[in-house]
Amino acid sequence: MHKRPQPAFRALQAILLSALVVALAGAGDPGTRFTQIGHQLMCICGCNQILLECNHVGCPDSDGMRNELMAAVERGDSDSLVEQAFVQKYGPTVLAAPTTAGFDRTAWIAPIVAFVLGFGVVILVVRAWRNRPEPALADGVVPTRGADLDRFREQAGKETDL
Amino acid sequence: MAQIGNYALYFALALSAYSFFFGLLALIYPNDRMQVLGETARRAGVVVFGAVLLAATALVAAAFRNDFSIAYIFHHSNRDLPGPYKFAVLWSGQEGSLVFWALLLSGYGFVLRLRYKTDQRLFAYASVVMAAVQVFFFSLICFAANPFGLIQGPLRADGAGLNPLLQYPEMVIHPPMLYLGYVGFTVPFAFALGALIMKYPGEKWIQITRRWTMVTWAFLTCGIFLGSHWAYSVLGWGGYWGWDPVENASLMPWLAGTAFLHSVMMQEKRGMLKVWNMWLVFATFWLAILGTFLTRSGMISSVHAFAQSSIGSWFAWFLAISFAVFVFFFVKNRSSLRSEHKLESLVSRESSFLFNNLLFVLLCLDVLWGTWFPKLSELVQGNKVTVGGPFYNRVAIPVAMLLLILTALGPLLAWRKTSFESLKRNFKWPLIGGLVIALFVMLTPQSWGSIFGLKPWKDIGNFYALMSVFLSALVTFTVASEFYRGGRVISDKTGQGMFASMVQLTHRNTRRYGGYIVHFGVALVIIGFSGSALNQEKEMEMGFGDKMTIGNYELICRSYTQDDNANEGSEWAIIDVNQNGQRIATMTPLRVFYKASQQASTKPDIRSTFKEDLYLVYEGQNDKGQPVIKAHLNPLVIWIWLGAWVMVGGTALGLVENAPVPVTVASRKLVRAPASVAAGD
Repeated sequence: MHKRPQPAFRALQAILLSALVVALAGAGDPGTRFTQIGHQLMCICGCNQILLECNHVGCPDSDGMRNELMAAVERGDSDSLVEQAFVQKYGPTVLAAPTTAGFDRTAWIAPIVAFVLGFGVVILVVRAWRNRPEPALADGVVPTRGADLDRFREQAGKETDL
Repeated sequence: MAQIGNYALYFALALSAYSFFFGLLALIYPNDRMQVLGETARRAGVVVFGAVLLAATALVAAAFRNDFSIAYIFHHSNRDLPGPYKFAVLWSGQEGSLVFWALLLSGYGFVLRLRYKTDQRLFAYASVVMAAVQVFFFSLICFAANPFGLIQGPLRADGAGLNPLLQYPEMVIHPPMLYLGYVGFTVPFAFALGALIMKYPGEKWIQITRRWTMVTWAFLTCGIFLGSHWAYSVLGWGGYWGWDPVENASLMPWLAGTAFLHSVMMQEKRGMLKVWNMWLVFATFWLAILGTFLTRSGMISSVHAFAQSSIGSWFAWFLAISFAVFVFFFVKNRSSLRSEHKLESLVSRESSFLFNNLLFVLLCLDVLWGTWFPKLSELVQGNKVTVGGPFYNRVAIPVAMLLLILTALGPLLAWRKTSFESLKRNFKWPLIGGLVIALFVMLTPQSWGSIFGLKPWKDIGNFYALMSVFLSALVTFTVASEFYRGGRVISDKTGQGMFASMVQLTHRNTRRYGGYIVHFGVALVIIGFSGSALNQEKEMEMGFGDKMTIGNYELICRSYTQDDNANEGSEWAIIDVNQNGQRIATMTPLRVFYKASQQASTKPDIRSTFKEDLYLVYEGQNDKGQPVIKAHLNPLVIWIWLGAWVMVGGTALGLVENAPVPVTVASRKLVRAPASVAAGD
């Protein structure tokens, strides 16, 4: 038997849905789409610049590419269709970032793997260091503990907080 | 000139080789006779600087004398090139810039070898490592990239001229700063490797290299921001950072160096992270050389890259050999790098440094990965892909955000252990302040200015921008609270005013408070970056009297004209800028045609305010001869340059010696409690 969703859960759903609607509103506007897609493509004149940022005097390619992009957006082609058409015509280097298919996927996965591994290693290091035994004390030295230690720490904290 | 320069370079190579071999012998056989030889090796190292200075002077003199018999001068200068740019000819091409690199390296070596009395044996090791690096660079210059090669065929009356993009005042400062940064990391590396080889006891080598690293880091910071400013002011695409491989090449050693500047405190204060620091120093040096390899080998396409040449293989070998040497000594002597202390709590300055280092290194690896991925893709699947801004923005920005959180939290954490109560107490007001600022920016109508009215749900750019504003405000308030709390303690003790107390506080521990000022500078830079989410641009063909509106500005084309001199011809547009019906400025974007190189370049006109930059570019002319004007409205850009200055100023402050702390001792009484001391970092 299914439980009925709690009111708080419903409210959360409503908020998320509203946020999605607001986020997607305007996404179909041709000007916005032109700018968005144009910043995902590269100019192929060799300048290594984003298509909409290429400012070479007399660039032989960027004007034509922008016109093609504008035409595709006005036709109502989807983002992926526009990008595919550009890749077919100009090759894969026309995309400003690797795709999420095939070997290109590793470009996106590697940083995440590095992040997770890095955090894992640091946490292991922290745990190992915390469990490290106290250094042995010379004979006759009594380590300070408990309230005395806290008092000394507070004093040191005050004096070194300058 | 060519002969003088050549002889000077070969002499510098011979002296460097002498300094290396006999310095090494003196270290291997430490008897009296060898010590004398070691001293001659040190002096030879000092003289190298004079020799390479002579070679560099010869090259600059050749540029001023229009000696086009030298191929390098022919390719990078012309008769009508203005004086300061003739000076810049030294670093405007491959061969000259290598001479400049060698000059700076020898300059650092000169200072290092003169200061040898600080610790003679450690400095002797460092001097040998420096000499080895010098031998590599001088061999490269003498045998593979000689700047004094003579031109083939008949002599030409005039040179081909300097690249138009380099004919800008900042180009006279940016490369030297950047190179001072790149080259400077050789010094900490030389000390680190020396300390590793001799199993140097204690942390003194870290203290010796700290200042070198800070100076170098400041130069690299300055170089990177000057480069960004140059790109913004000259390239005319309206941006300041394009994630180009050569830009990345400067960012990677900066990130590793920044990680080192933080982690080095762990070693100084707690004797921890010795192995890590050793690797970070090496990585910083290695990444600086790798950056040079990327620039020079033509292996990775870049707008900045020098022409493809054979020297890439030289750098590849040098990278491999330096890696092998470092790993050999690390494996051999790693037992001398054991940490002494244990970590007491996860909520402590130590663990914040650990995570800070992790994030810096991750950021560095992300940039390295993105830079090399096109090559990797070509090797694996046979075709190149582009890894541009969209990739880095998605991968690097979240990590940078986490770093900002740590920048805000870190200073509030004490060494060893921090109680949650104290963290809550110290963090409460900065957090409230940050939230208030973020809400203010979010809820204010956009008509107040282009940065206001950020809606984080609108797109990811807006979300990041608002987070940047929030975290930057948090960092700023944290820094301010640290100054305030410290100032208040001194004020209570001495009765001085708050400002005077804060100045005294800073003098007592310049490194700590200089560091906080650097953090504040970073916050300003991030605020500047956040503005890019709201950039606007428009393009229009503008005849006489035509109008264009962008943001709150109305642009009216008043006129367009042309100009001509011996070096260049130019086309101008004269644009009146109105706001609320009032003329507030006249701007003149232009396009310049350089006669010697037969190349054109745009020179944008920028009107900067704290709120936004109005950035006009003369794109060209239409069929009717009317100018095509592109207008960008870039919010908050000026904050980036201000932040950069604050960062450099904070670093300079950190280099100042601490003022002695006044010790008050009551007469005829036993001092039971210690007098106040300056803070640890």
